[in-house]
Amino acid sequence: MKRLNYPFSKEQIRELRVGDMVLISGKLFTGRDAVHKRLHDGTKPPVELKNQIIYHCGPVVLQDKKTKKYEVKAAGPTTSIREEPYQWEVMRDYGIVGVIGKGGMGPKTLEGCKQYGCVYFHAIGGAAQVLAEKIKSVDSVHWLDLGSPEAIWELSVEEFPVVVTMDAHGGSLHSKVDADSKAALKNFL
Amino acid sequence: MGVRQRPAKKLNKKTTKKVAKKATKKIAKKAAKKTTKKTDKNKALKKAIKKTAKKVVALPGLGHEVHLFNSIVELIRITSAEIPNDIQKVILEALAAEEKNTTAEYAMNIIKANIELAKKKSQPICQDTGTVLFYISHPANFDQIKFTKIVHKAILASTKKGYLRQNSVDSLTGENPGTNLGPGHPDLHFHQHTKNTVEIKLMLKGGGCENVGAQYSLPNNELGAGRDLDGVRKVILDAVQKAQGKGCGPGVLGITIGGDRGAGYVYSKEQLLRKLDDKNSNKVLADLEKDIVETSNKLGIGPMGFGGKTTLLGCKIGALNRLPASFFVSISYMCWAYRRQGIQLKADNSIQKWLY
Repeated sequence: MKRLNYPFSKEQIRELRVGDMVLISGKLFTGRDAVHKRLHDGTKPPVELKNQIIYHCGPVVLQDKKTKKYEVKAAGPTTSIREEPYQWEVMRDYGIVGVIGKGGMGPKTLEGCKQYGCVYFHAIGGAAQVLAEKIKSVDSVHWLDLGSPEAIWELSVEEFPVVVTMDAHGGSLHSKVDADSKAALKNFL
Repeated sequence: MGVRQRPAKKLNKKTTKKVAKKATKKIAKKAAKKTTKKTDKNKALKKAIKKTAKKVVALPGLGHEVHLFNSIVELIRITSAEIPNDIQKVILEALAAEEKNTTAEYAMNIIKANIELAKKKSQPICQDTGTVLFYISHPANFDQIKFTKIVHKAILASTKKGYLRQNSVDSLTGENPGTNLGPGHPDLHFHQHTKNTVEIKLMLKGGGCENVGAQYSLPNNELGAGRDLDGVRKVILDAVQKAQGKGCGPGVLGITIGGDRGAGYVYSKEQLLRKLDDKNSNKVLADLEKDIVETSNKLGIGPMGFGGKTTLLGCKIGALNRLPASFFVSISYMCWAYRRQGIQLKADNSIQKWLY
């Protein structure tokens, strides 16, 4: 089990390899479909994303009526492949060092990881409670006009469990499992 | 699932019995008066019984509406937070089957911990609380309009409590009013049955697994799949391979062979209402279900697509007639976070029993 602690750096990221199980502590920014679309359309992000990690997640967040404090009630990853057209641009333009999601991403993102120094972390899909427990606070929220699940939530996490499935050296567990299972299937048809 | 709530059983029974008795007497008297001219006493009695039955299931008083509201909110809470026993059993078996110290075992362990934590905290197993699909089986003279209104209220309340995420978006404007209500949401399927009880089944089906569903039209040249069972098998396995880990595997398939495009998908989701350990009464389909699970688990896709032993937890297949010109195979994928539950209502709309 490896650890990745805030502040994150390109050097730390390049040390990670496919198959590494990692516990992340520090800051994450959620961003999913609408955020990536808006960035792609040319709007500047409302937060500094350099050396930050984007989490593909649409959490269930409740706001305390009196204190106005936000609390994350459930926060697992959403399917990442929908951001495949945009993710590499966010790496290039804003210097993120990590993406957390599920299901893996394609060749554009893999190339982006290699070129700009970024990794893809796979969180366990559906594990919304285990992952929400690792969120210690909600520090800010941006672009709430996109709706709660689509907004950018700034989260502080402790020992957030992920597996590296795409690294900064061209390695992808997803392309390997896809190729192997395709070959295996041929034997059963 | 154990005892979830302890309603004042005795009191309820007593009062409903009394009310029912009174009602029967009254109605019987009226009916008897009306039919005094007729000599057929049996007919009057039949009518009286029918009328009483009508009263019991037609959501009569306001109190009963409150019961119905409470029952549906409770159904939503449990469905969102607790995995049914038949699914949990298979998940634990899958965990035991994975090789130790692999990412696959790690994933299954987190899944197990998540199931326990969600139940303990009574919070959503998965943040994507999905399309809200209701399947209601009811007797004749059931007020679907009134029922639908109460379901809408229950969904609003459940969203405020965080049992459901604000999950319904206007497809044209992109707006999310945060109510989970709108065209197509929730999705209600009413079926009349011959029993005198109301049964409500609920499925919360997340977007990740819905997105890896697929519909094939046979023949399929690319896959060499003809218009026969072997062709059906080929396209199903293709869908499993293409889904990889995207649908939060290990998952379960609900499949329809035949039907038109619409009915095919609707019926494939209804297959997911079957218990995982049931056996298809059609032997051909039972064999195909078994074959699909066994073969899929030899592909090495594994939990989350990390590679590993369990790719599918189950497969349920139904068949509908088709037109000579059409041969569809419709596949719905359900993630491991298999949220479905059901309740049978008492005459006063409180919960009689849980169905899974």
